[in-house]
Amino acid sequence: MEQFIKKKIIQVKKGDQSAFSDVVAFYQDKIYQHCYRMLGNKHEAEDIAQEAFIRAYVNIDSFDENRKFSTWLYRIATNLTIDRMRKRKPDFHLDAEVKGTDGLDMYSQLASTERLPGEEVESRELQRYIHHEISQLPSKYRSIIMLRYLEEFSLKEISEILDVPLGTVKTRIHRGREALRKRLRHV
Amino acid sequence: MSCNEKYIKKIHDYLDGDISAEDESLLKRHLEDCEECQKHFHELNRTITLIRSAERMEAPDHFTENVMNNLPTEKKSMRYKRWFKRHPILVAAAIFFLLMIGSLSSTFNQGTDQLVVSTQEELVVDGDTVIVPEGVTVQGDVYVRNGDLLVLGTVNGNVTLFNGELLDAESQLEGGGLMASAGGVNGELETVDQTFEWIWYHVKNFFKGVFTF
Repeated sequence: MEQFIKKKIIQVKKGDQSAFSDVVAFYQDKIYQHCYRMLGNKHEAEDIAQEAFIRAYVNIDSFDENRKFSTWLYRIATNLTIDRMRKRKPDFHLDAEVKGTDGLDMYSQLASTERLPGEEVESRELQRYIHHEISQLPSKYRSIIMLRYLEEFSLKEISEILDVPLGTVKTRIHRGREALRKRLRHV
Repeated sequence: MSCNEKYIKKIHDYLDGDISAEDESLLKRHLEDCEECQKHFHELNRTITLIRSAERMEAPDHFTENVMNNLPTEKKSMRYKRWFKRHPILVAAAIFFLLMIGSLSSTFNQGTDQLVVSTQEELVVDGDTVIVPEGVTVQGDVYVRNGDLLVLGTVNGNVTLFNGELLDAESQLEGGGLMASAGGVNGELETVDQTFEWIWYHVKNFFKGVFTF
């Protein structure tokens, strides 16, 4: 598959616009899903995912074919979602860090009294519940947990995608896992 | 979390595949003894399994189509640039051709209106007309530019005319009574009138020159 994408990218670089549709078709679900999990809103997710592909196309000349295309594409998509989140109304954000704490936010201050799934949850409902729990994580943990366990990137690739030092990625994935462990322990 | 933070850290390192063999066996031994840590470890493992089972989503219908319709059309300059990069030989040929035409037209434009005649002494110039007098034989090629040529005598060579024509000896000599035959040209006669032909003539000469080598 890597080879297929690589070939298509080279065609796009040569000016073959139609080759790009294969690239979009291949990554559309992943990128849309990523944006949706980051933004929690279908309309915005579609918007941003589209924008990500368009940016990738416009800047295709700056992409180095010897690197992994997915890393580059996710980086564009992630940056766009972060921009979009910043532009939202500066309401009170639960995932804003609480001053004087390191990486703690209002979520961690809330008692975990969220609804528990029924005992005979249907698996689809469970999946939705898990999705919901992930979406409740602060975005900096959420993005890493998603990239690691849903998109299966390595920690090093995540550090490239998010432009964050490897050590920080490790710290955040630890915290993200712990936070989810507490939330999902009763499932 | 009463148990040692150290081991929790090691569990995470283990989950990231970022643990030394030494630490790993240390952790394993600890997990066998410590129920608390074991529970923690299982919960984390289970969490990861649960995360992986989260709902998967598909992009909305016509997503690819929408993206493709919203792609900017390439700027024309970009398209040319790309084309140039891909056809260097054609570009070189085109530039060569342009330069050649440029230099030719500049020679063509030089002294556009002036009469230019090759240097044979026997040629007589009368206004805009060059005459090869009767009974005279001109040796070598005759070249006339921006003027007409009247041949009464003989030219032993090729005749080339630019922007001019070969005058009919008969009409010029009407008043002169019956004349025997007009002069002749013992060689090729070539008349070049227009810019295009002028260029063609030069290109032909150029290639003749190239191929004689």
